[in-house]
Amino acid sequence: MTQKRMALIATKGTLDWAYPPFILASTAASLGYEVQIFFTFYGLQLLRKDISHIKISPLANPAMPMPVPMPVLVQALPGMEAMATMMMKNKMKSKGVASLDDLRSICIESDVKFIGCQMTVDLFEFKKEDFIPQTQFGGAAMFLGFAGDADISLFI
Amino acid sequence: MNYDKELDARGLACPLPIVKTRKALNDLTSGQVLRVVATDSGSVADMKAFAEQTGNELLSSAQEGATYLFYLKRR
Repeated sequence: MTQKRMALIATKGTLDWAYPPFILASTAASLGYEVQIFFTFYGLQLLRKDISHIKISPLANPAMPMPVPMPVLVQALPGMEAMATMMMKNKMKSKGVASLDDLRSICIESDVKFIGCQMTVDLFEFKKEDFIPQTQFGGAAMFLGFAGDADISLFI
Repeated sequence: MNYDKELDARGLACPLPIVKTRKALNDLTSGQVLRVVATDSGSVADMKAFAEQTGNELLSSAQEGATYLFYLKRR
């Protein structure tokens, strides 16, 4: 039985969008898949050495469960984003959900390959030293070489 | 049921029960049994899928109150 492959493209950099690629990747790796994640655009934020800054905004996020209903104008006030992020992180901790850092480490331990989009680095003038050393930098063609033979390909 | 190793996955949510189970099984030799204790209700379906997809046999899956007990045999 040949090894199955999963190819993920991660394009978002907020807390709610950070979990799906890492959870899917670590689970697939546990099931024996060979996994690669291509981080591009805002997804590249997830490869920074320090990811404690990853936030979630309550603004215009009608699907977010809120303890109290909050009008959009209130959501836009200073401090609301920090509060929503803190509340979400605390909620996750209390429910036994792994932190983003832990999940990323689990992925690395499970041999999930992280590809950082070179174009995004050039576009936003990021520095390679800001990203975790496990990152390989490349472009779409490089990633498609792997994804072309993948059993599961997902765009997140 | 006899077991060679126990994994306490209580209080852990997806994907940790599966990820830690895979790791714990890797430390066993073929034929040995791992007992997993979990509180995540999603782990029932996950363990079954994990066993089927990795060839590690799920010997038993039971619920005791709010806890779920799994016995897996390393392939």
